[in-house]
Amino acid sequence: MKGNEALAEAAILAGCDGYFGYPITPQSEIMEYLMAEQPMHRTGMVVLQAESEIASINMVYGGAGAGKRVMTSSSSPGISLMQEGISYLAGAELPCVIVNVVRGGPGLGTIQPAQSDYFQSVKGGGHGDYKMITLAPFSVQEMADFVALGFDLAFKYRIPVMILSDGAIGQMMEKVVLPVQRPRWTEQEIREMSPWATVGRTKDRHNNIITSLNLKSDVQEEHNRQLQAKYKTIIENEVRYEESYCEDAEVILIAYGTSARICQKAVDIARHQGIKLGLLRPISLFPFPEAALIKYAEKVKGFLSVEMSAGQMVEDIRLVVEGKTKVAHYGRMGGIVPTTDEIIENVKNLIN
Amino acid sequence: MSFETHKFNSHIAVPENLVYAKTPLMNDKPLSYCPGCGHGTIHRLIMETVEELDILEDTIGIAPVGCSVLAYEFMGTDVQQAAHGRACALATGISRLYPDKYVFTYQGDGDLAAIGTAETIHACNRGENIVIIFVNNGIYGMTGGQMAPTTLPGMKTSTSPFGREQKDAGYPLKMTELVAHLPGTYYVTRQSVHTPVNVRKAKKAIKKAFELTRHKKGVSFVELVSNCNSGWKMTPVDANKWMEENMFPFYPLGDIKVPSK
Ligand SMILES: Cc1ncc(C[n+]2csc(CCOP(=O)(O)OP(=O)(O)O)c2C)c(N)n1
Ligand code: SF4
Repeated sequence: MKGNEALAEAAILAGCDGYFGYPITPQSEIMEYLMAEQPMHRTGMVVLQAESEIASINMVYGGAGAGKRVMTSSSSPGISLMQEGISYLAGAELPCVIVNVVRGGPGLGTIQPAQSDYFQSVKGGGHGDYKMITLAPFSVQEMADFVALGFDLAFKYRIPVMILSDGAIGQMMEKVVLPVQRPRWTEQEIREMSPWATVGRTKDRHNNIITSLNLKSDVQEEHNRQLQAKYKTIIENEVRYEESYCEDAEVILIAYGTSARICQKAVDIARHQGIKLGLLRPISLFPFPEAALIKYAEKVKGFLSVEMSAGQMVEDIRLVVEGKTKVAHYGRMGGIVPTTDEIIENVKNLIN
Repeated sequence: MSFETHKFNSHIAVPENLVYAKTPLMNDKPLSYCPGCGHGTIHRLIMETVEELDILEDTIGIAPVGCSVLAYEFMGTDVQQAAHGRACALATGISRLYPDKYVFTYQGDGDLAAIGTAETIHACNRGENIVIIFVNNGIYGMTGGQMAPTTLPGMKTSTSPFGREQKDAGYPLKMTELVAHLPGTYYVTRQSVHTPVNVRKAKKAIKKAFELTRHKKGVSFVELVSNCNSGWKMTPVDANKWMEENMFPFYPLGDIKVPSK
């Protein structure tokens, strides 16, 4: 299956209640697949083509505020349009899944794959102090797996979850093992599990309100503190990463998504050449695998951040490493994917 | 039941003499609106409707950004507060996922007819099964009286200090007539709440709007031409008079589209 299609099918299987989106390359297959599949007849899932990404994200807000499992997907320019809505979702602490199949920018940029929306995803993107859990799939399998995981995390912490993919993973064909069908929640289950949701007021409770507004400064500051405390809990509990050949490595590549796939190859080739190269692949970009980086920072000659961007994640690596080892960056842009030769060349430069 | 019924402290206010009682669905909180403003009355009419139709368990409201941003403090229904202009998108999301619920938006003219024009038109055009309550006071109340798309020609506001000039600022937008043209709207009407007679008519219209969503034939759209005495810089009495003389000729009251039997 194609990455985008696997994600779409996984959404139906995850018991998703509603998908709201607007077409944009390279992720239009997600909505196309859903429309063709008619999940209304399979699970009762709603699929709606909105008039814009602004509308999509606000439909998601409405559905999320009413306790439903809802999602949207887009690519970079569309995700930029959603930022106000994402900030509101974070402020009102609403769970949802947002998929960004990244293409190169700035502006209309290119429809080719890129990883240049890292900052936008892990630093907030919209206004105000907030974070989203950000998951970076590097295979079609993970495109499928991260939908249910995303919903679980979103509801566990009442937070928007971003699946940060890229055009290459979205368009790639691979074998995939699909999960079993999860049931959609009934209204009664939603009332019990999400007592905060605006499903309609029953006589035994006060009215539920979904809002991000606090007119009093001290109340807003307290709300900000609670959000930060939540993010800290997430940092403590939800770091996900994968490492290979790191134990004895002289240099460790840090890469996620498509870059990580190429880095895997580069590690194999380098090892054959006698270079002790390892790979640490962050799966969650927020929370970032800080402890793992610190552990290896004392042992290696350096880290090389390989990204399809001008260098964004590298800044976070430097912040974590605090000068304990060399941190270099190698990146390509405009939809160009780094080659294994280029990566190994940069590793050699780092060692010397 | 956790609703508090109205507390009467006068000996005259005994049940036998009762001619009017506040619906328990209006929360017991002082309204944040300027004295004489129409928002409070319109809130009450919606809550009375929900109470009379006995649909509290199935009603979800959407508050806008505007003076009525705090509508959820006063209305006793479940309420979501939307980003500026996006109420119809929220309502679409909820209504699609809960097709049997009563979902209403409550929006000012800046919210519905400027920043939220696209969301409004498209929700109406898709024929969403929602009630849209549109409070048109011809001005941006919350941000201090700037020009709105509905501001009348020649009308002075803080961003049209010499009066709205059509050559610069274009024409006042008649959103209600505009959406009435769309096949996705089922019931479209324009009312006001500046006299007791008009309040009764507006109440009838709002109630009808909620009832008609049971047919699932599309949007019920109720515009309420209202005053903004602070923004217009008039006393409430003068504002109502000015509204009758200037707003109603341009925004005539009455039904614009009613479902055929
Ligand atoms: C994105 C965004 N832009 C601007 C504002 C500022 N703002 C708040 S309320 C408002 C106008 C509200 O006017 P209207 O909808 O007519 O409601 P009223 O206050 O008159 O009831 C504006 C421009 C905002 N909150 N968000
Ligand atoms: S500013 Fe205008 S719209 Fe706002 S509460 Fe006062 S009178 Fe009403």
